[in-house]
Amino acid sequence: MAVLLLAEVTDGELAMDATAKAVTAAATLGDVTVLCCGASAAAAGDAASKIKGITKVLVAEDASLGHRLAEPTAALIVSLAGDYEHIVAPATTDAKNVLPRVAALLDVMVISDVSAVVSSDTFERPIYAGNAIQTVKSIDPKKVVSFRTSTFDAAEEGGSAPVETISAVANPGLSEWVEDKVAASDRPELTSAGVVVSGGRGVGSKEDFAMIEKLADALGAAVGASRAAVDSGYAPNDWQVGQTGKVVAPALYVAVGISGAIQHLAGMKDSKIIVAINKDEEAPIFQVADYGLVADLFEAVPELTKKLS
Amino acid sequence: MQMKVLVPVKRVIDYNVKVRVKADGSGVDLANVKMSMNPFDEIAVEQAIRLKEAGKAEEVIAVSIGVKQAQETLRTALAMGADRAILVIASEDVNTDIEPLAVAKILKAIIDEEKPGLVLAGKQAIDNDMNATGQMLSALMGWSQGTFASSLDIDGDHALVTREVDGGLQTIKVTMPSIITVDLRLNEPRYASLPNIMKAKKKPMDEKTAADYGVDVTPRLQVISTAEPETRKAGEIVGSVDELIAKLKEAGAV
Ligand SMILES: Cc1cc2nc3c(=O)[nH]c(=O)nc-3n(C[C@H](O)[C@H](O)[C@H](O)COP(=O)(O)OP(=O)(O)OC[C@H]3O[C@@H](n4cnc5c(N)ncnc54)[C@H](O)[C@@H]3O)c2cc1C
Ligand SMILES: Nc1ncnc2c1ncn2[C@@H]1O[C@H](COP(=O)(O)O)[C@@H](O)[C@H]1O
Repeated sequence: MAVLLLAEVTDGELAMDATAKAVTAAATLGDVTVLCCGASAAAAGDAASKIKGITKVLVAEDASLGHRLAEPTAALIVSLAGDYEHIVAPATTDAKNVLPRVAALLDVMVISDVSAVVSSDTFERPIYAGNAIQTVKSIDPKKVVSFRTSTFDAAEEGGSAPVETISAVANPGLSEWVEDKVAASDRPELTSAGVVVSGGRGVGSKEDFAMIEKLADALGAAVGASRAAVDSGYAPNDWQVGQTGKVVAPALYVAVGISGAIQHLAGMKDSKIIVAINKDEEAPIFQVADYGLVADLFEAVPELTKKLS
Repeated sequence: MQMKVLVPVKRVIDYNVKVRVKADGSGVDLANVKMSMNPFDEIAVEQAIRLKEAGKAEEVIAVSIGVKQAQETLRTALAMGADRAILVIASEDVNTDIEPLAVAKILKAIIDEEKPGLVLAGKQAIDNDMNATGQMLSALMGWSQGTFASSLDIDGDHALVTREVDGGLQTIKVTMPSIITVDLRLNEPRYASLPNIMKAKKKPMDEKTAADYGVDVTPRLQVISTAEPETRKAGEIVGSVDELIAKLKEAGAV
């Protein structure tokens, strides 16, 4: 059985971690063909060809495929769909934008955010912000699936799959890219970082959020935030962890000034070790924390940063 | 440009309720649980009303698909300011969730009748966490899609949509008509005032069935079981920063 995997390619660059994790999940379903597409995608295709366990890489380069617009990307995938029983991707915002469109064009249901593969047609997925795990069996002839990357290990590198160039299909021309606002950062990427330090509303201001960033730097960590911290303008939207933000499962997650609402827990409760710093000993975050420190964050965080630096 | 705006709203367990899995693994306990409008859909309704207030929309139509009780959700949308509502009964059983593909097919049939210039949906229903309906509807219509919108600016035959994506923010220009799915930071939905709640009772609500639109709602994903996730046990409270560091060193975490 053949699987087509949409690689995560941003501005010509392959997101190796997300793609390689999806490969691990996809390899249990059949022979994996990785599709790299974009305005430029050849370098991404070369990078993808090194992921172990894949059969082939397809590279589609066309101006219309730049900026990850859903309509032309979905049209390309649908044109290839005939050869594959599974069409899959890591559950990134790009894939969540594209895959349901693909599924509807194929008249099948999409199976979003899969956390475990039971068999080729049966999958586990979290529902209700991770408060329940549902096992579903698809009766559709094709399965369109996104994989929650935090629950799969990345496939190793060291392979050398053949790379084939294919052409794009006609652009439906329904939307155009205008701009991206991306903050450059030297820190590790949130969803693949081994350590994450997140700040919540308790941090109180954008200025004081620098304290969270300093602690993160002392730990070589990525920075996360609660929705309340993002809504209040302390942190950018792409730092949000939770049901509607990113899902992370690092070796160490440090939650500072975060109460622990279920929507936040949905994005971090599979972390290996959870540390919570909160001045309210009743805060629900302590119910999931391995180590809790009841303290004023304005004292505890600088002290912790200093002693870890 | 004056257009109709269609807003699909879903009835879901209120986001504050602690969800419980039924002991027999057949699903989540929905008996005697507070139900509300999906939070993202409140934002969509709010945005639609603001478009009307700004003179960019002439009518806001709320649609809900599911069980009869979804009329309460529609009344909320009407109380917020929607003009009329369409209730599509697709199941008798509150435990049956209508899948995004079937919802999208019903919405397409409604669009074919109502000819709205814009659909504003939520990015995700907080019960099934599927994040699919808007994209599917857009595919079925052959319309543009602007998902996860945190800002929306409609200007004649196109709209600028700023989207919350993994890397930050992306702005795209979509051709109208379009399907936009809204994210949490698009706006702050208003509360319905008491007089508006009273007025909403008199606003028109059509009642239809999935069969009226010729849509088969049989699920494509059979639910085999629903289980409680692995729970974490609370660990220990440490007395100081030094003790915390010692514990983390012991665990090999730093
Ligand atoms: C549909 C929907 C989706 C959502 N999605 C997400 C999501 O993806 N991610 C997310 O995070 N949330 C999400 N939320 C929001 C969620 O419900 C909570 O509102 C949010 O997580 C609260 O953020 P917080 O813990 O930072 O703020 P609060 O709940 O206000 O908690 C602040 C904490 O800081 C502590 N504190 C204050 N001052 C200090 C101090 N000086 N020292 C130490 N501690 C201090 C307080 O004791 C408190 O516990 C969503 C909500 C909805 C409705
Ligand atoms: N049964 C339904 N009735 C009305 N609208 C729905 C229904 N299901 C989904 N939607 C709409 O589609 C959005 C995304 O839902 P989902 O794809 O299920 O995550 C919701 O926020 C609603 O706007």
